[in-house]
Amino acid sequence: MVTVLDRLNYALHHAMETDDRVYILGEDILDPYGGAFKVTRGLSTKFPARVLTTPISEAAIVGVANGMALRGLHPVAEIMFGDFVTLIADQLVNHASKFRWMYNDQVCVPLVVRTPMGGRRGYGPTHSQSLEKMFLGVPGLKVVAPNALGDPAELLAAAIADDDPVLFVEHKVLYTRPLLEPGKGDLIDFQVEQIGDAYPAFTLRSTDSARLTIACYGYNFELARAAALDLLMEHEIFAEIILFSQLSPFDLEPLFPSLARTRKLLTVEEGTLSLGWGAEVAVRAVERMDGLRVRRVAALDLPIANAKSLEDAILPSVQDIVNTALFLIS
Amino acid sequence: MRYNVPVMDDNLALYKTMLLIRRFEERLLSEFSTGKVVGTTHAYIGQEADAAGIFSVTEPDDVVFSNHRCHGHFLAYGGEPYRLAAELMGKTTGLVGGRGGSQHIHWRNFYSNGIQGGIAPVAVGMALAEKVHATGKIALVFIGDGTLGEGALYESLNIAALWKLPILFVLEDNHYAQTTPVEKGVTGSISGRFAAFGIPFWERDTTDVLDIQSAADETVRSVRSGAGPASLILHTYRFSAHSKGDDPRSPEELAYIRQFDPLTVHGARLTAEECTKAESEIAVVINDAYIRADADPFPVLSAER
Repeated sequence: MVTVLDRLNYALHHAMETDDRVYILGEDILDPYGGAFKVTRGLSTKFPARVLTTPISEAAIVGVANGMALRGLHPVAEIMFGDFVTLIADQLVNHASKFRWMYNDQVCVPLVVRTPMGGRRGYGPTHSQSLEKMFLGVPGLKVVAPNALGDPAELLAAAIADDDPVLFVEHKVLYTRPLLEPGKGDLIDFQVEQIGDAYPAFTLRSTDSARLTIACYGYNFELARAAALDLLMEHEIFAEIILFSQLSPFDLEPLFPSLARTRKLLTVEEGTLSLGWGAEVAVRAVERMDGLRVRRVAALDLPIANAKSLEDAILPSVQDIVNTALFLIS
Repeated sequence: MRYNVPVMDDNLALYKTMLLIRRFEERLLSEFSTGKVVGTTHAYIGQEADAAGIFSVTEPDDVVFSNHRCHGHFLAYGGEPYRLAAELMGKTTGLVGGRGGSQHIHWRNFYSNGIQGGIAPVAVGMALAEKVHATGKIALVFIGDGTLGEGALYESLNIAALWKLPILFVLEDNHYAQTTPVEKGVTGSISGRFAAFGIPFWERDTTDVLDIQSAADETVRSVRSGAGPASLILHTYRFSAHSKGDDPRSPEELAYIRQFDPLTVHGARLTAEECTKAESEIAVVINDAYIRADADPFPVLSAER
């Protein structure tokens, strides 16, 4: 069984083997520990000079990586928990994302910042959040999220090859998930179509009579898929799913053929509801197509509690998606 | 091509660099009233000896990260006054096509950004890149007394020292962070901050370019030898406002600090004839720069995005 973690780890090994400009920086990434989530396992043993363990200094980790990228290296920085992206906001917003444009396209910044986001592990308010929404719409910064359907290794390789800075958001529950194969398992009822190359989107359809379109990314594709199957089995309602890898800049073209068929959009994300990814997707869809009905499923506008009963109530669930879908088509 | 680079042991060249910065910025400040320059700017007037002294002992390809008060550094680095004037006027021929303006410029290995503290780790990363590429270049980052309030600086000092990177931290203490006097913003010892990370420091309280040059020479040699980071702490005076009109200092204080004018201090080593000749040469250069830049077109936002 190949997991998302295996593929991300492979991508880093492959990048370091094939390109000596690639450096890895982060906290606790040396073997035998190999990183808090083991994504960097084995790298420091094989490439000791290019794997740099750092102090607990997130701003400097990304700042140093920024400077390396400006001067011809291809750094991949790991921020141990996505919650800590607040500490790198200055480097992403006022440095990395601006250099290329601000310096009149005379430089590029091939920087990747990888970080695990997401809850459902009982880590509480400061180690469970999905803060990527704070970085959507920052000019010059790409935000990309792997999923279990597309190959996470290819996605990370594309980010490392990118000339512009990429915030690479890995949902921590996704790490241990097996890669999905179209036509197998619970994908057996779906036709899967890939749209785009570097940061592809995927369309999942099973029939011409789908009644709604579910837009999602990352781990929430797992929930969306379960919800789509529930809607089909329990309610005989077909849903199409559009799974995005690139969150920002917003390229929603893959969404519109499906919306032309269903006229109903449901967005699913694990960040808090207000001013989230789904809000931007929804308004862009409505601007493009009159008469759409839209609903969002997201986390409640609350910190994420430690107790499982509370965390479950705060984060979106399969049942939330099913219920919202039923309301949307009613 | 580099323009008017200061040269060690060449008193006239050092003077000309300082004079170029002084007259360039005086012209710049006057152009705000003509409407040819808009927005804001941070003049280096009073601090010229720092840049002239430092860039007389660096190599042309060393990597420089400067801050909001970057014009003096840029001109001493050998940057062309015309390209800088064009940038300040927001012209296509500016250093970065009018996109950056006063605080955000890039030319060859010179970079600047308008964020205090955040530039420090970026410069550390640049030093790392030069080290692994074994270029022999060093990185210089210009900070001020105000930057001492920013946490990112201390993260950067720690990492630069841990990894023995070829970076020189130049701290220009002009006694004010915008309007806040250093006594209200900085506690303890400035040099002690560097010493705490095992980073050697050279500290001078002078506006004499030769004193600054000799200290800079020692620090640059230390960094280039591979000994790791070093710091150069220069106590100086800013004669102009922080930006344009925000100067709450008393006339007495402004008069007092004028006695440390680096042009007067170093000009005493030149003949009156040399000084006069330098003035007339630089007047022509600056006039040409501003007039030529003024005639250049403004950029238009491209339709493709």
